[in-house]
Amino acid sequence: MTGVRHHIPDPLLVAYASGNLPYAYSLVVATHLSMCDSCRTRLSAHQAVGGSVLEACGTRDLSNDLRDRVFAELDEPYEEAPQFTRSGIFPAPVMQALGGLPPKWKPLGMGVRQSILSHDNGGSVRLLYIPSGQAVPDHGHNGLELTLVLQGAFRDETGRFGVGDLEVADDDLEHTPIAEEGETCICLAATDAALRFRSLVPRLLQPIFRI
Amino acid sequence: MERESLSDQTLWMLAVRDNRCKVAFGRLFDYFAPRLKGVVCRSGMPPSQAEEVVQDVMLTVWRKAAMFDPERAQVSAWIYQIARNRQIDVIRKERRPIPEELKLPEETQEDAAQILALDQETSKLRAALARLKPAQREMVEKAYLGELTHADIREQTGLPLGTIKSRIRLGLERLRHELKEQGLS
Ligand SMILES: [Zn+2]
Ligand SMILES: [Zn+2]
Repeated sequence: MTGVRHHIPDPLLVAYASGNLPYAYSLVVATHLSMCDSCRTRLSAHQAVGGSVLEACGTRDLSNDLRDRVFAELDEPYEEAPQFTRSGIFPAPVMQALGGLPPKWKPLGMGVRQSILSHDNGGSVRLLYIPSGQAVPDHGHNGLELTLVLQGAFRDETGRFGVGDLEVADDDLEHTPIAEEGETCICLAATDAALRFRSLVPRLLQPIFRI
Repeated sequence: MERESLSDQTLWMLAVRDNRCKVAFGRLFDYFAPRLKGVVCRSGMPPSQAEEVVQDVMLTVWRKAAMFDPERAQVSAWIYQIARNRQIDVIRKERRPIPEELKLPEETQEDAAQILALDQETSKLRAALARLKPAQREMVEKAYLGELTHADIREQTGLPLGTIKSRIRLGLERLRHELKEQGLS
């Protein structure tokens, strides 16, 4: 996809390549990679380093029968994991997280909706639906927040984010993303801890809506 | 294709992909399986479980060989990613999110010069890795074997990633072009 201006920073990309990102963030990174050739290229470069590390890191002796066990399986039938494909604005990794079904939107007030894809100790990841001109309440972050635009665009104190753009926000950023006029803004957002909303009403709603 | 100059690993992998050659697969196994066990054990996984991961990875190499694209990835890079995915799946008991696959177009003439260039860039990268000071090399190993959090990883590794990136980009652009020509994209 062309026109993507906000990409995955290298440390995140390396953490993703090495398998050291919690599920919620991996999902956002994998989705951006599905939309961005430039980050896909950079990921491949990091994988090349990973491959070199694999080759250079030394060996461990195998059990005597491991080779035979592998060869015995080569011609055996096996079950393929189900493959998901892009559907509309949702790239394959999102469709996998949705189990192939359309999102189940829950209202958050002011026309904003969300669909939680996963929520556990490692963090939570959700789809956000923000009508044009609408703001996501002003909030700080206890940890890292990744927001990827799938449709429309939003602006906040740090700039403009259109389709494919990834915003990386951490502890020190307090921002108020506002959906641009035009199409409804749909984002994929991952956080590793409950966001602290500043205005009272959303704070009261927080436990119910798991934001 | 002028195959003489390609690395052994690339030749073995192409023989597995194109001819389903079990002799070549055996060579890949003998080269990669002990290395895979090395890195998987490093994460603290018990040896018997580590061997399950190794078995899984090598079977995936055999089964998914058609996905191997030597214009975009060197064999070790491709196997590295399969191994990281499998290891995470086993540890976290979840399917790790991976980017959309770009399906390889059927019947396309591969560009031998591009494959060779990527092979050569990769061996330069390996040489650069070997030349790093021990402490720096240790950091690179930790970062790429998942022993550092993203907050601990600093971008500067001293490794020459620029040229390898442009080779990979070429391969990707060529693939996109082929897919478009064939109406697959
Ligand atoms: Zn990008
Ligand atoms: Zn935020």
